[in-house]
Amino acid sequence: MTAITEETNGAGGEHALTKADFQSDQETRWCPGCGDYAVLAAVQQFMPELGIPPERIVFVTGIGCAGRFAYYMDTYGMHGIHGRAPAIATGLATARDDLSIWVVSGDGDSLSIGGNHLIHALRRNVPVKILLFNNQIYGLTKGQASPTSELGKITKSTPFGVSDHPFNPVALAIGAEATFVARTLDRDRHHMTSVLRAAAQHEGAALVEIYQNCPVFNDGAFFALTEKETRDVNQIRLEVGRPIRFGVDGERGVAMRPDGRLELVEVAEVGLDALLTHDPGRDDPGLAFSLAKLSSDPTGPTPIGIFRDISRPVYGRGRDRGAGTAASEDELGALLLSGDTWTIA
Amino acid sequence: MNKVVEELDRVIIRFAGDSGDGMQLAGGRFTDATAVVGNDLATLPNFPAEIRAPAGTLAGVSSFQIHFASEDILTPGDAPNVLVAMNPAALKANIAEVGRGATIIVNEDAFTKRNLEKAGYASNPLEDGSLASFRVHRIPMTTLTTRAVEGIEDASTRDAGRAKNLFALGLLSWLYGRPTEVTERWIEGKFGRRPAVAKANLAAFNAGWSFGETTELLDVQYRVNPATDVPAGTYRNINGTTALALGLIAASVRSRVPLVLASYPITPASELLHELSRHARYGVTTIQAEDEIAAAGMALGASFGGRIGVTSTSGPGMDLKAETIGLAVMLELPMVVVDVQRAGPSTGMPTKTEQSDLLMALYGRHGESPLPVIAPSTPGNCFDVAFEAVSLALRYRTPVILLADTYLASSSEPWRLPAVEDLPSIDPAFARPAEDGSTFLPYSRDERLARPWAIPGTPGLAHRIGGLEKADGTGNISYDGANHARMTELRARKIAGIVDELGPLVVDADPDANLLVLGWGSSEGAIRAGARRARERGHRVALAHLRHLNPLPANTGDVLRTFDRVLVPELNGGQLAQLLRAKFLVDVESYGKVQGQPLWASEIEQLIEERQ
Repeated sequence: MTAITEETNGAGGEHALTKADFQSDQETRWCPGCGDYAVLAAVQQFMPELGIPPERIVFVTGIGCAGRFAYYMDTYGMHGIHGRAPAIATGLATARDDLSIWVVSGDGDSLSIGGNHLIHALRRNVPVKILLFNNQIYGLTKGQASPTSELGKITKSTPFGVSDHPFNPVALAIGAEATFVARTLDRDRHHMTSVLRAAAQHEGAALVEIYQNCPVFNDGAFFALTEKETRDVNQIRLEVGRPIRFGVDGERGVAMRPDGRLELVEVAEVGLDALLTHDPGRDDPGLAFSLAKLSSDPTGPTPIGIFRDISRPVYGRGRDRGAGTAASEDELGALLLSGDTWTIA
Repeated sequence: MNKVVEELDRVIIRFAGDSGDGMQLAGGRFTDATAVVGNDLATLPNFPAEIRAPAGTLAGVSSFQIHFASEDILTPGDAPNVLVAMNPAALKANIAEVGRGATIIVNEDAFTKRNLEKAGYASNPLEDGSLASFRVHRIPMTTLTTRAVEGIEDASTRDAGRAKNLFALGLLSWLYGRPTEVTERWIEGKFGRRPAVAKANLAAFNAGWSFGETTELLDVQYRVNPATDVPAGTYRNINGTTALALGLIAASVRSRVPLVLASYPITPASELLHELSRHARYGVTTIQAEDEIAAAGMALGASFGGRIGVTSTSGPGMDLKAETIGLAVMLELPMVVVDVQRAGPSTGMPTKTEQSDLLMALYGRHGESPLPVIAPSTPGNCFDVAFEAVSLALRYRTPVILLADTYLASSSEPWRLPAVEDLPSIDPAFARPAEDGSTFLPYSRDERLARPWAIPGTPGLAHRIGGLEKADGTGNISYDGANHARMTELRARKIAGIVDELGPLVVDADPDANLLVLGWGSSEGAIRAGARRARERGHRVALAHLRHLNPLPANTGDVLRTFDRVLVPELNGGQLAQLLRAKFLVDVESYGKVQGQPLWASEIEQLIEERQ
């Protein structure tokens, strides 16, 4: 996808694109205080940066609260069926290499009913950007456990507590050998925008997990990471080429033990040199996977940022004819005649 | 030696052997040579679902039947005149269908004690007189092939063992005067990179031919003259799968809309994926999806992007695609779903034919979700119907289900090539940016009630669509009951309106015929052939055949009511019959067959006779 700044912006004018160009006329209907509002605002604010006219941008969504996202973007959009957005987007990306394609999905949509499509879109490296809104609950169906709900959680469908081991979406994506995997927070506009920017620049599939608060059915699930009082001690910010450290004064960090496992350490005890330096460009997904598994649940120290960003051939690129042109009448005539033929006068 | 040449109008040969014996290959080569002679022909492959069932057992028998003639024929034939049996199991599995007096050519070498036991023979049928009513030729094919291949440098015993199908092919080619060049050229092309294997196969083929020429076992050679009662034109032999692929590509060419096929491997539809995968240079993109659901979603995504999205599958895959097809109905986007029907329910009999997905195609989705359903009647007709499926999908912005089946997909017949310029051009009528700045209404409609197809990249037409009910015109989400009723009715009327471009249901009736035999899809050949025989015996009958199952031709009810009796033969439990009874309140009589085999002409003949 190359940025096109010269062309019309879809509103018929030549003016620089702004957030308003990406706001549709539809009334947003998420619950008051829903994290989705913050994501929508951040995406609409960020889109002009791409320099791509809105008509070349497509949002494909699944079912769930996040699925409504497509209706609120003044771009092309398809609100699909439950779990299938990555498949629909794969078909679209195969057909059209001139579009910027974004998938918006939730934890139930992507990891439960649509798990198969997610992992295959990632392993194929389809050029789509997948925003996975993870609120660790089924919101639109009013509060059942999701595949990311933590063990023991009481929900309407688990009155005695969740007993199914949850998925870690970042670890799952890395396991599928996704070429770009990141995690960000609905309540940190600046961080989210920086991750979206990197995802947009990435060639190939990008998975961005966004911790998103559901104020109605799972309020505060990520407050340890997002609220002023606790965030400094819990956000492990991954920054390229920098030692991985966190805490109010950077007093803690991540180091590798002699047995290869990662652990949280006190910088004062191990020294700065012992800390792991973050390199999302490592081909081997092992270390990124270990980072993803550093936290089992976002109530304590949890890495955010870009876990993995590597280069691999992009799905559909390098086809000789491309999907863009039908054959000519002459070519068809020759094709029909291929093989043994005979003529009856 | 000089042999008598006897002229025949028609011959039915069945090649039968173990799954590993290469019977499909031998039959296929014989077919190509027969096509070049200019005979009319029809073929019927029949093989087990297992790739290699235990060797020598009845379960592992694979066969290929070819019917060829100097006149127009309609089916692969019922009872073979010649059975080639490569082992005892092949003989046992097929003998019941071979008519008395027919010729049986066996590979004598395979009739060992062990093979006879595996096939369940208590005694050797070649010795015990049980084949007395047939003309049996015992030929040691394995020995003769091994001898022919001996001395070829680098050819292994295994190569010799595997080439005995070419020996049989060579022998039959001599017996029926088939040209050798077609097969020789094929061997060159297929094994060119492995000279030893090519030489072994060629040697086996030539040995079979020479054996026929010199042996005293066979004293007659047969000739079947080219068919002359067929329309002038250029022909090729084609099976339904290839015809479907070419029809889809032709529609892509004539609409200037590239084709995207997304499919998941499934018997017997995988062949279409294979065929289209070879045609990337014709603007065809194929995707092997992660599952059936994804395949449907990918096709629909491609359609949203302005392509012809096609997905192909068989019964179990149809079950899985239902939700996406429903979405396509709601989105009103073009999409073609090719269902190569097989015997069900569930996994059923994957390699056996059936027409039992009809009601699922019509009604197998939640909500009111009408869509066009069309069915080809012969392998060659698959081209026309695939072309029409794309045309309907593009012009009416709707998913279309094409109901082929195992029999159509794998059977072949001569096909007269259409002139490309005679194929209708199809206008996809993509929505253009509004010049006057008016608001774009994605759910406004044209005279066909089709909505605009505005594809991403078109300035000024950015819009959102989805599975939620649409407000008439704007396409915005609407939960209004009156709007839902209106939209439901609009979607139904759009599809029903296709009837205006369909020709009437044509009836081929004898004067004073009281009985109408009405079929659909792949049973046309058997019904016509059976009726032809019944007519030769003085019976009167009327025939009609449905290609459009939804909507039905406008005169369907009138046709049904014209006759005292209506018989509907189909390969299911009576699905079309049920539909016609419900729609037209006519006392349709059903003849349902679910034996994994097509209808036979003899069955139809008898059904007609019983109703005179």
